[in-house]
Amino acid sequence: MRTNRCPQDGETAIDSLVELATQWIDISLLALLAGTAVTVVRMRSLWAAVMLTGIYSFLGASWMLILDAPDVAFTEAAVGAGIATVLMLSTLALTGTTMKEREKSPLLPLSVVVLTGAALVYGTADMPQFGDPAAPVHQHLMPEFMNDTVPSIHDADSNHSVANHHGMMAEVADSNHHDTKSGVGIENVVTAILASYRGYDTLGETVVILTAGVGVMLMLRGNQCVKNHVPERTADSTFTSDPLPPMRQRAILRVVSKLVIPYILLFGLYVQFHGDYGPGGGFQAGVIFASAFILYGLVFGLRSARTVTPPQLIEILIALGVLIFAGTGVTAMLLGGNFLDYSVLGHHLWSGFLPHGQHLGVLLVELGVGITVAAVMITIFFTFSGRERVK
Amino acid sequence: MNGIEAYGERILGLYNYWMVIFLMMTGFYIVIARGNLVQKVIGLNIFQISVFLLYITMGKVQGGTVPILPENIQLTHDGQPHPPEGFDAYSNPLPSVLILTAIVVGVATTALALALIVRIREAYGTIEEDEILEQDLET
Repeated sequence: MRTNRCPQDGETAIDSLVELATQWIDISLLALLAGTAVTVVRMRSLWAAVMLTGIYSFLGASWMLILDAPDVAFTEAAVGAGIATVLMLSTLALTGTTMKEREKSPLLPLSVVVLTGAALVYGTADMPQFGDPAAPVHQHLMPEFMNDTVPSIHDADSNHSVANHHGMMAEVADSNHHDTKSGVGIENVVTAILASYRGYDTLGETVVILTAGVGVMLMLRGNQCVKNHVPERTADSTFTSDPLPPMRQRAILRVVSKLVIPYILLFGLYVQFHGDYGPGGGFQAGVIFASAFILYGLVFGLRSARTVTPPQLIEILIALGVLIFAGTGVTAMLLGGNFLDYSVLGHHLWSGFLPHGQHLGVLLVELGVGITVAAVMITIFFTFSGRERVK
Repeated sequence: MNGIEAYGERILGLYNYWMVIFLMMTGFYIVIARGNLVQKVIGLNIFQISVFLLYITMGKVQGGTVPILPENIQLTHDGQPHPPEGFDAYSNPLPSVLILTAIVVGVATTALALALIVRIREAYGTIEEDEILEQDLET
């Protein structure tokens, strides 16, 4: 928002107009976000509140795209506007949408919120300006990450280039085709940090997702015998009926989703395997992939979705993803490196076909993440929509 | 630059933080003021996304672009990758990494919370906080 860029030679009136327009997009997107949030507070219907939360997520994703974080925007759009909304709607189908009016005065919570907000706003006085390149957050670690991630450049040669000043790095790069131990050499810095530098952390997060999936299965699957309550059953719905029946009447929805689902899957695969070179990776691809199956389940019924993706298979896939991730780490150890140090993964098999070193490690790890995330999301959806409503 | 102009610039430069704080507090308000458990989860969701936005907004560099480095990239004087034509810098990739994983972990934990709510509804027959507390006191 601050126009601290000094006008360069080529900067024309159009450039400054574009900058002004970007500023206004920023400001109006934030205003829309605030408006949506306030509407959610005022909403008396839970259905409407859930749908507005989806819109809120999508607006957030749009702003993230403007803030140069396409990886995050992908994920937020698929998760916030897609999966989280569907999960909340499934919960509402099980719990009912009625909401009790509270007699309590909103004064106490309001004053708590206003006081906390005022304290936080006071704290921002010390914050760096939006987009300030000299902000502390850009000074520590980030330069090393960026420098280390530069593709096809030997780490030692980056010092060389300082002496050699800018330009003419191409010949240096040509003489160093091999991966180095310290550098990662992956085009998308986000993927490099996620899968390589912070590999331990990402492994832990994948395990958290697995645990959450297992927790949901433990809580909502199995015998639904509840004290004082009898499962709701009508004449035509026996216990074996489809809890989420196919939308037979909705011809347009069926045709459109049949057309769209293959492309969602294809896009998911692209995001998965292109994560080294562009925005993408396992987390993003996992949720995109899962959203295709969730769409299928919503439109064609839970029973057909379970036929397409048998729950037993999906459960195995949840564990398999984590196994691939941890297995890659152990393989690196067996080859003489540290846990999750991919640079030792060399040309051991299909050397012409498979990438090696960091690229191979990141590919495997992201594959593991993608499999676990997709399988957990599909399982959670199946578990929620497979539950019968209790009176 | 006179005083008022500097002041205005300062406000524009902090506008993003203030909006994020506003969103955060809106979510916080829903969590503490509403008694319906699903609404509380919605409030937590709004709070969560505003935290994501806080991190991502700190990663942005003015005139910067997405941190994807093309092959055979050239380096600048201080050994940093040279930004592409028309941009001054690369934005910070670190917040993206942190938030990327947080989003997916966030939806997994949201699912866990919703599963708990479903079980609470089955056990108590309600998802209103005060009614649950009343039933707990009775027994």
